[in-house]
Formats: sequence, structure tokens, C-alpha cells
Amino acid sequence: MDSISKPLLQVEDLRTRFHIPEGTVYAVNGISFVINEGETLAVVGESGCGKSVTMLSIMGLIPIPPGEIVSGKAIFRDKDLIHISEKEFEQLRGEALAMIFQDPMTSLNPVLTIGRQITETLRTHLSVSQEEAEKIAVELLERVGIPEASSRLGAYPHQFSGGMRQRVMIAMALSCNPSLLIADEPTTALDVTIQAQIVELVLKLREQFHMTIIWITHDLGVVAGLADRVIVMYAGFIVEEALVDDLYGNPRHPYTLALLGALPRVDRRRDRRLNSIPGAPPNLLVEPHSCPFAPRCTHVIERCWVENPPLKAIAPNHKTACWVELNDTSIGTS
Amino acid sequence: MNEAQPLVIIENLKKYFPISSGLVFQKKAGSVRAVDGISFSIAKGETLGLVGESGCGKTTAGRTILNLYPPTAGKITIDDQEINTENKPDLKEFRRKTAMIFQDPYASLNPRWTVSAIVSEPLRVHKLFKNEKERTERVNHLLNLVGLSSRLINRFPHEFSGGQRQRIGVARALASDPLFIVCDEPISALDVSIQAQVVNLLEDLQDQFGLTYLFIAHDLSMVRHICDRVAVMYLGVIVELAERNELYENPLHPYTQALLSAVPIPDPKRDRERRRIILSGDVPSPINPPSGCRFHPRCSVAFERCKVDIPEWLEEAPGHWVACHLYTNP
Amino acid sequence: MTDAEVVTTKIPRLSQDEIESPPLTLSQLTWRRFRRHKMAMFGGVVLILLFLYSALGSIILPESYANFTDTNLRLQAPTSKHPFGTDAVGRDILARTIYGGQISLLIGLTAVIIETVAGVLIGAAAGYYGGWLDAVLMRITEAMLNIPEIFLLIVMAKEFGGKIPSVSLFGREFSGSVVVIVMIIGLTSWMYLARIVRAEFLSLKENDFVLAARSTGTSNSGIIFKHILPNSMAPIIVSATLGVANAILAEAYISFLGLGVQPPTATWGNMLDGANSYLESAPWLWFFPGMLILLTVLSINFLGDGMRDALDPHSRAV
Repeated sequence: MDSISKPLLQVEDLRTRFHIPEGTVYAVNGISFVINEGETLAVVGESGCGKSVTMLSIMGLIPIPPGEIVSGKAIFRDKDLIHISEKEFEQLRGEALAMIFQDPMTSLNPVLTIGRQITETLRTHLSVSQEEAEKIAVELLERVGIPEASSRLGAYPHQFSGGMRQRVMIAMALSCNPSLLIADEPTTALDVTIQAQIVELVLKLREQFHMTIIWITHDLGVVAGLADRVIVMYAGFIVEEALVDDLYGNPRHPYTLALLGALPRVDRRRDRRLNSIPGAPPNLLVEPHSCPFAPRCTHVIERCWVENPPLKAIAPNHKTACWVELNDTSIGTS
Repeated sequence: MNEAQPLVIIENLKKYFPISSGLVFQKKAGSVRAVDGISFSIAKGETLGLVGESGCGKTTAGRTILNLYPPTAGKITIDDQEINTENKPDLKEFRRKTAMIFQDPYASLNPRWTVSAIVSEPLRVHKLFKNEKERTERVNHLLNLVGLSSRLINRFPHEFSGGQRQRIGVARALASDPLFIVCDEPISALDVSIQAQVVNLLEDLQDQFGLTYLFIAHDLSMVRHICDRVAVMYLGVIVELAERNELYENPLHPYTQALLSAVPIPDPKRDRERRRIILSGDVPSPINPPSGCRFHPRCSVAFERCKVDIPEWLEEAPGHWVACHLYTNP
Repeated sequence: MTDAEVVTTKIPRLSQDEIESPPLTLSQLTWRRFRRHKMAMFGGVVLILLFLYSALGSIILPESYANFTDTNLRLQAPTSKHPFGTDAVGRDILARTIYGGQISLLIGLTAVIIETVAGVLIGAAAGYYGGWLDAVLMRITEAMLNIPEIFLLIVMAKEFGGKIPSVSLFGREFSGSVVVIVMIIGLTSWMYLARIVRAEFLSLKENDFVLAARSTGTSNSGIIFKHILPNSMAPIIVSATLGVANAILAEAYISFLGLGVQPPTATWGNMLDGANSYLESAPWLWFFPGMLILLTVLSINFLGDGMRDALDPHSRAV
């Protein structure tokens, strides 16, 4: 990774809430991060941590109401994505920003052929004829490894397997050469051998297209193989941000440490019980004023219950939001 | 280790689902051969892992073993009670001695029943206690065993989180004091930090009660952690079976090798070092499995014989079984 | 953080605040959703008033009064003595609507009980067991559905009318024709519910909790009645509610055709029949029973709408 890379997307103090009959869900509570060109940033967390909502907020895909983006900016190419008009956004979406989702079956239109869906996207953003669009579509499908691509243009989503559909999604996402690809749990629903295929494909395309990627997942294994930098989220906050080797080798936030300790390894003999994290994630209906991890933290101190720790740098390229600065926790990886 | 009879013996078990077609009269048009001849045994107190990807038949195998689907062929023997396609066994006792834990914590508990009703159902079905009071005591005890307060006894499932619901499912499974529990992907639907809680719970209960588990899963890292021996399934058959460290450190079958190499490792340095075997194509359909060795279309080292002959199930090293022509004698 | 209960130390315990105050039960949630439906609440109130009208009215005016004919007072427009006027043979219409209401409402309720029991049993058996039982039951259901309801009603009324003896209930004597009507309506309306219940059973029986019950050893009937049926109450309740309206209208049709309950026993339906020759000259003959039927059916429909929304499991509103 080059030391000086231009920031492609800069998110500042994003806060998103949902107003439901039971109350207000504090889904995202002040997220700030930067992603640089050519970088792969992983956003990791368990369900309810706010990772998907963050990305949906940036992409303008939060239904308002019941959602509300209370504050925040997402600067992309000198435009603030949170505050631009829908019209401007439509131009950007697909062309400069693309998103792929977990379940390709629901993100692909089941009644339109694959060919039609890809060419539609192409013709919306590039001025090409139907013929040209079809040629490009075939190339794209070949690039993502779909065999006999030209004959598959007329196929419908349900005629593809899960892995193939995800490849089609990737093809559609890449069709207009976006600057930024946001992938929201794209391999979670896939078998492990298919997941490996897709990850390999993404790595290959990343090189070819010089893509900048934000990869959202709960799977710390996949992250290790893909990411340059990692953000760990919990209850709508960023609790740790580091380069991938540092995060795994020297986690500084108790949650990250606990999470890594709860993972079994396929490449090692069992040496101890899994460290389970007692309790459960906090209720998002309560406005957070203290550290959200305090009830489950083994290093908790008085201050954690009173004040929410800010995210701050504790080493070059390594930030954490914690009052107890965990020192060298090198957990003997490899 | 004593040489006592294994608690669970499965012999050449098959489960086919008929496919019918036709508008007016439904004719049999073939079968989905979900489980196509599997054999293994499980010793008392052991945990056998059954792994594979979607469509391999592991969930169907688990359900057929408990006779939730009547087997199409083969024999199931649990605690000396035999079930096959010929006899009509007394299932009541069988059901008392066995139990199942399900994958989906939201669908496996009846939303209209209280926790008390759910956990005490086995007690009522098998008439295990004399009156309501004793049953309630037992339910409280079970809830405590799984880490839930007995104050929650009259709540409904929707009031609990996924992890808590799984615990209720575990309490229900323990109610009739079973010998053998089939765990069908019990943690797949849970968050990582909760998975560890439930796995630790299952282990503690096994130690405490001498339970025998069939642990069906697709998470190979977790299987390595909790299981004593592991069987790998592909398209309805078992391709390899070995003691856990032996399987993970010395996989013999090409599919096992590819599977293990595809599992992500939460350690960037190790992940960069490893050699990945990427399989081509998708898993074929269980309606029409490939001829010979089912894996041959995707196998990078397949040769002529693989397309024709079904490989024998051989013990290549003590306790290490594999079905692959790389190891069968010419 | 932990409470005082004894537990093995290794197993992680839930903290105090995880055992929150109990959130609403499903019934409370349902009632809350129902309450927001203004039309449904209105319908419910009107129905209660109508029930009171028929029930209490008979305490104030005896049945003999309702049947008392005074030919001098025939076809009189509403006055203070006869607020709803009098009919063709001089009977007080107000009193007759009270007693007629009792019968119409009674027919509505009892017919619905019959059709609900029949529909649920048939639908549950077909949906749960499948196979040839399903095929046979569904063919019967479809056959019944294909015969026009009015035709069935007329044929059965002609066949059984007058052959059933009278019944005493709540201190009133009900002629056999009431029983016949109830049976007829019940036996010709179960099909709709049977199909709905069958669909519910087909989908619910695939749920893991049913499989769990089977792995426990629960019998088939236990699964049907204790597991699946409680989860399919929503469409059954809605169907039963709307079925009452349907039954009341069916009674009106039959009576209007002269095949229903015979005078002097009043029903709203046969009162309409009696008004047939006087549609323009004495509109009060059909207006009051007609209004009452209208009000009853409308309010039941509103009530049914509200219940359907309130019981809808997909509705996420509280």
C-alpha cells in the first residue's frame, strides 16, 4: 500500500436513527472514517452494530421516514452524498459508486433476464446502443467467470446458482467502472468453496480495475484475506480501526480482543475453550451515553460507565475508542 | 477405550425423495437422492462432526437418522434399538432417548407456546413426572442448566434473542434425559460472540451428562474445535472420515483438501501463506449425480477410472477412511 | 449483576437487566393494533348495541306482543305508540325487529360455529396429511364450491324444511325451520374456510417447531391441535367474524324466497319478504329490518377488517 493515497470517500460524524413505534433506534452514533483510492477497507461487526446502516446512509438508500440522518457528511468527489439531491445521486449511483448485496436473489429482478438488467444499467450511464451494450455485457460476464456468457444473456436469475448470481451482481456493479465498490456481506450466504471463488474473483478484478472497495462482513476470516485496513463496529460506534496485520496481531480494544478469542481455527489444534463474550449486544432503543461495551467488558473501569470514549490514535494508523488503553496484546498469531 | 458396542451405528443409510410430475395424475419422475448410502458409528460420549456444503445431504441425514424422514434403505441402530425399512419399531422409547437441536432459533420454537410448555413437552409426551409441580421443577432445573433464569418460564419466544432461544431449544432437547442428540447447525444463525457461548454450553452439558452428539455443520473451524471425529459429505455420500486432527492435518480426499483450503483463517499472515485450491463449477444436482465418483467433474486430479467406477470406502490409515481412486488398489 | 439462583458456574448467566420487564404478550399487541382501527372499534360498538337491542328488548316487550295482530292498525306509519309502524296484519314492527333480531343473530352465530368446525377439521386434515386424503377432501370441497350457494340453499330448504322438530333455548321456542336454516347455511359455507385452513397447515407443517414436536414424539393429533392450529387462528377468527355477516344475509335471502323461517316467528329476512307487496306504499315495512341488516353486516365487516389487520403477523406496528 502506498503511503500517500488520495482519500476517495470521507465520512464525518454520521448519525442515523430510526423512528419506530417502540421508540428511536440509535443505529449509527457518530461514525467518521476515510477510505483512500485503491484501498480495501473492511467494516466488521456483529448483527446490529450498524455496519450496513452506515453504508446504506452513505448510498442514500435509507427510507426517510422512518429513518433519519441526524447529522454527518460523506464527501465523495467534492460532493456531500448525504446532502445532494436524488437526481445527482442517481447519476453517481452505478457509475461512480456501486453496491452489491448479500442476497443476489432479492437484488436481481426475477422477471427480467440477466442480459436485460446489465444492458439497462449500461445504457443508463453510458450512451451506447443496445448492440454495444450487449457486447459489453458478454465481456463482463466472461470476466467474472460465467461460462458460455453470450448464451446466458437470455437467462433469468433463478436459473443461476447462488455463486453465479453473485458473479452477475459483481458484473453489474462493475459495468460502469465505478470508483468505489461497496460490498455488503456478499459471500455470507454462499458455501465456503463458492465464497473462495468469489473472493478470488474480487482480488483479481481489484488488480485489473484498480478498485477501491468497502467490504462489510461479520466474518473475520474473510477480512484477513481481503482487507488492507479494518474498522470494527459495535452498537453504532467505531471501536477500533487499524491496518489488517495490526488489528489481528495487536488488537487494542477489548471487544476486538474478545471477538478474536471467540473464533475457532481451522489451521490449529484446539488448545483451550473458546472465550465467549458474556451477555448480549446493547438495546439500541436507548441513547448511548457511556461505552456501549461496558456491560460485557472484562477490562471495564468506572469511567466507562459514565463517558463514551472517543476514537483516537494510539499508534500510527491504529485508533481505538477505549479508556483502558490495552497495551501490547500480541496474541501470538502465526 | 473399552470395546463396548457404539451407541449409534448407521449402515448404508439412504434417503430418496420422489419427484412427481404430471398435471392430473402425479407420476414418479425420478428421485432426489439426498442421502445415498452412508455408514458410520458413534461411540458413547463422542461428538461426530458431519460437514459438507449445501446440497450434500447432511441435514437430511440427521433427520433420517432420527426417523423424522423414514429411511429409503439401510439400518439405524441406537442403543441397541434397530430401525430399518422392514420393521415397525416402537418409536416412543426411541424418541425419548434421542433429541434434536435445530438451526433456526426463530422457527424451532412454537411462537404461541410459553417457554414452560416448550421445554416440558417431552416430559408430558413421555409421562416422565407424576404431576404439574414436578414437571415445573424439572423445567426450572433445565433452564438453569442452560444458563436461563427460571423467572422466564412463562415468557414467549419472541421475547428472547436468538442465542437465548437456542438455549431454550437445548433445554427442550435435554428434557427427556436423552442419550443421543443430533445438533443440526445449532450455531449457524447466531452471531460470533454468541456462537462461542452456545458451543461452550454444549460441551459442558456433554461432560456433565455423558451425551453423544452428531454435530452437523458447515463451519469447518468450529467443527475442528468441538468434534472428536469428522465425516465429510459430498452429494449424498461420505467421502472421508477420520479423527479430527488427522483429517485437518492430513486430508486425503481432493474434496476435503479443497474444502479445508477454502476456509478463511482470521490471521492475515497465515492467510497469505496458504495454498488455495479453488474448485471450478457448482455443486451438481442430487437428482442426477455424476457417474462413478461424484466429485470427478470438479476434481483437479481426476483420471479415467473416476468417471466410471464408484470408489470403495477404505481404511487408508487406522481410523482414517476415504473413498477415492487415488487410494484404491488397481 | 447476577441474581441469587444457583447455577453451574461455567455456564454464562444472564445479567439482571437482561431479564427486563415483560414486554407485551401477543394478545396485548393484537388488542393494541385493533384499538387503532377506528372503523373496527365503531363496528364493535354498534354490534354490541345491536346485541343489547335484541337481548334487552325482549325483556321490555314480550314475544306475544310481537305476534299480536290488530287488524284495525294495519299498515300504520310510525307513531309514538308504534315507533316503527305496523305491518300488513297489524303487528308492531319494532317488537318484531327485536325478536327477529334474536333469530337472525342466533342463526348467524350458530351457523358460523358449524361452518367453522367443519371447515377447520376438513382443512386441517387435508393440509396436514396430504396424499389421497387431501385429494379426496379437496375434490369434495371444490365440488361444493362449484354449486351455486343459493341453489344449494333452496334445494336443502325444500328437502328438510318442516321435517325437524322445534327447539327450546333461552326461554324461547324456536321452530324446526330455524335449525334447518342453521344447518343449511353451515354446511354450505365451510368450503372457503377449509381452503384457507388447508393452506395454513401446508405451510406451517414445514416449520422447524413441528419437526421438533415430532422428534419429541408428539402424536399427529397433538401436533394438529396444539401446535399448528393455535398458529392459524388469525384467518379462522377473521373468517368466522365475516361468516356471521354472510349467514345473516343468507338467512335473509332464503326467507325472502319464502323458504326460511315461517311467520308468525319473525326474522329480519322474512320481514323483508312480508314487505314485498308494499315497497312504495308502506316503506317502513322494509326500511327498519333492512336498516338493521345493513347495520349488522356493515359493522361486522368493519370489525372483521380490523381483526384481520390486528392479527396480521406481518404487521410490525404496535
